[in-house]
Amino acid sequence: MMIAVASGKGGTGKTLIAASLALSLGKAILVDCDVEEPNAHLLISPQWQLTKEVLLPFPKVDLAKCNFCQECQRVCRFGAIVVLADQVLTFPELCHSCGACALICPSKAISEEKRKIGEIRVGIRNGIKLMEGRLQVGEPMATPIIRELKRWLDKEDSTIIFDAPPGTSCPVIHTLRATDYALLVTEPTPFGLNDLRLAVGVARKLNLPIGLIINKAGIGDRGVYDYAQEQNLPILLEIPEDRAIAEAYSRGKSLVEAFPEYKKIFLGLFEKINLQAGENVRKAVGSSKR
Amino acid sequence: MRIAFTTSGETLDAPLDSRFGRAPKFLIYDLDTNTLEVIDNGQNLNAAQGAGIQAAQTVARSGANSLVTGHCGPKAFRVLAAAGIKIFTSDAPTVAAALEQYRAGKLAEAKAADVEGHWA
Repeated sequence: MMIAVASGKGGTGKTLIAASLALSLGKAILVDCDVEEPNAHLLISPQWQLTKEVLLPFPKVDLAKCNFCQECQRVCRFGAIVVLADQVLTFPELCHSCGACALICPSKAISEEKRKIGEIRVGIRNGIKLMEGRLQVGEPMATPIIRELKRWLDKEDSTIIFDAPPGTSCPVIHTLRATDYALLVTEPTPFGLNDLRLAVGVARKLNLPIGLIINKAGIGDRGVYDYAQEQNLPILLEIPEDRAIAEAYSRGKSLVEAFPEYKKIFLGLFEKINLQAGENVRKAVGSSKR
Repeated sequence: MRIAFTTSGETLDAPLDSRFGRAPKFLIYDLDTNTLEVIDNGQNLNAAQGAGIQAAQTVARSGANSLVTGHCGPKAFRVLAAAGIKIFTSDAPTVAAALEQYRAGKLAEAKAADVEGHWA
């Protein structure tokens, strides 16, 4: 079972929910895909076991072989290679490592070099395995790190919880893709609603069953509730706006650690998710039979 | 000697655009013949990334030896410098005023990018 915790809007409580769910289950893999600012480790406090560099290839041009035909520049959709009259400039930070420039080069002047863009860390705390991606400061592309996290995933039979970055762009899609369930965390404000709509759009495009968690319930308005009803999206859990939760969080304590009664609530949440995801699979199997 | 100016218009009275990569047009002024040519940069206005690089190539292809603009980022600077184009920054309101500054020798050549890239 792979659950992706996403939101659209930042600061709704994705990490708090993802970490609390993992800690409630006792045995789980938590994957921090918010590689631009990973922070799940603050709630898990794992013992780090290993670190792996994430390397990306980029083109290296041998000017002695280059005939300045500009084919590489024409094929690059990202403007990462520029051919001038007597030199070729590369911009590794724009390169998406597709390798097209090296393939198309008629004089075989392009080879690939690798550079580090970030790293993956794996840590353990009791039954929880935390996998964290960390993008180097100044690097623009988060998705290669998320891809690498997923490639490294030891699927075994345990539950995998992905903590997605905010937004609805490539890193979020890479996180949600090929999971079983989109758990969308929102807050009942116009901002929360606006970004929730976008996140629901992404999850639907990816054919994922969707459940909502409303965090900071009590603030804002009824917009998110009306939207959920109108779109037939189940609200699985509401967490009240509560200073005590914020205080615990600011000290690195998850919901279940600060308030043990939440363990039962999160186990109930997990049951609902399983049921809904199971129904979804049955529906998909049913429709493919027809 | 050809000088490229960033602008949104097509004449010397047009405003000098402070942006380089996403300037709508380049006005290329030929100091020897006192004639001008306008090159469109519209394709870069909505580019997700690499606008400065592409614009720098457009300017290089125009045969300009110098560029007068408001600001220049690091990637564009690299391409322009590699192409041997001198970069001058100006806050003149119009192309004509910037041209006047250039002729009077009032513009200092930029030796590095003066703004951060959008990815920084």
